[in-house]
Amino acid sequence: MTTTPRRYADPYLAGVCLGLVLLAAFVFAGRGLGASGAFASSAAGIVAAASPARAAANPYFARYLGGDGPWREWLLFEIAGVIAGGFLSALFAGRLRAAIERGPNLGRRSRLLYAFGGGSVMGVGAVLARGCTSGLALTGGALLSVGAWLFMMAAFAGAYVFAPLVNKAWR
Amino acid sequence: MNPFVVAAMIGIAFGWTLERAGLGSAPKLAGQFYLTDLTVFKVMFSAIVTAMLGAFWLSRLGILDLSQVYIPETFLLPQLTGGLIFGIGFVMAGLCPGTSCVAAATGRGDGVMVMLGMFAGVLATGLAFAPLRDFYESTSRGSLTLPELLRIPAGVVVCAIVAMALIAFQFAERLEKRA
Repeated sequence: MTTTPRRYADPYLAGVCLGLVLLAAFVFAGRGLGASGAFASSAAGIVAAASPARAAANPYFARYLGGDGPWREWLLFEIAGVIAGGFLSALFAGRLRAAIERGPNLGRRSRLLYAFGGGSVMGVGAVLARGCTSGLALTGGALLSVGAWLFMMAAFAGAYVFAPLVNKAWR
Repeated sequence: MNPFVVAAMIGIAFGWTLERAGLGSAPKLAGQFYLTDLTVFKVMFSAIVTAMLGAFWLSRLGILDLSQVYIPETFLLPQLTGGLIFGIGFVMAGLCPGTSCVAAATGRGDGVMVMLGMFAGVLATGLAFAPLRDFYESTSRGSLTLPELLRIPAGVVVCAIVAMALIAFQFAERLEKRA
């Protein structure tokens, strides 16, 4: 492992590579990338394990329980790959590091609260919108889906309007 | 090939690329919303343009049958509302669901917390789904695409998006120099 972290890749080059990965998903899997679906599927799996009747009666979770069940969902395998790929990339670039990354004026505990809170709020939004930045904005954006472009513009709008209110977190 | 092996391989490439771009680091992503670091925008839009052009031409050449590719469905009001809520969470977290997995995988505790929060948010919304269902199913437009909505050929929409992206990249470079 190198001791000095390598510089990040050029964003346009990384973007073109990401686009080729997405294109490969279209060609070889007949679908795009995703992330929030993996969270939804595992949530459905845990609810089903705790209370099968309740999960089956819940129209949101029930759809993940059909077919091969919530633990054989395509996106779970893809997200396992994302974790492995991110780890390997950081390993080879000397960027593996236990840390809590935060703005210059935010304590570690507050940062973790912001992280958990922000994650929860994204969870609500992703359920309502049926996807997140990967599965809806990126995938649907490339396929010219109207809902994907609407979601993307709304998400950036929401973030820009709210950003000044969380100045403390990042500036 | 086994679809789960394909899924894992695509995921590895996805996670690798996000990490290489620096998108496993929350302060870097947050820079997007204070216009100090526009990496998120540049990566996202060059990815969208690349995959869009690839899908368009592979389909024209008869290599890719787009009718066999799942197009995310449109539900206008839920996606507008969900998008606004998602954006608020995004700037608080500094990571989105996919990049939180990369942050967590590279040792970032904040990434782990975003993943846990995301899971809690999806679980809670799922458990409270009954009163939300009517709204969730409302304003459905199926797999509507921009060329269908605007009634102009797909090639024209593709060209327009490429042109807009190229102009926006110039803007992004200027904004970053100013910051």
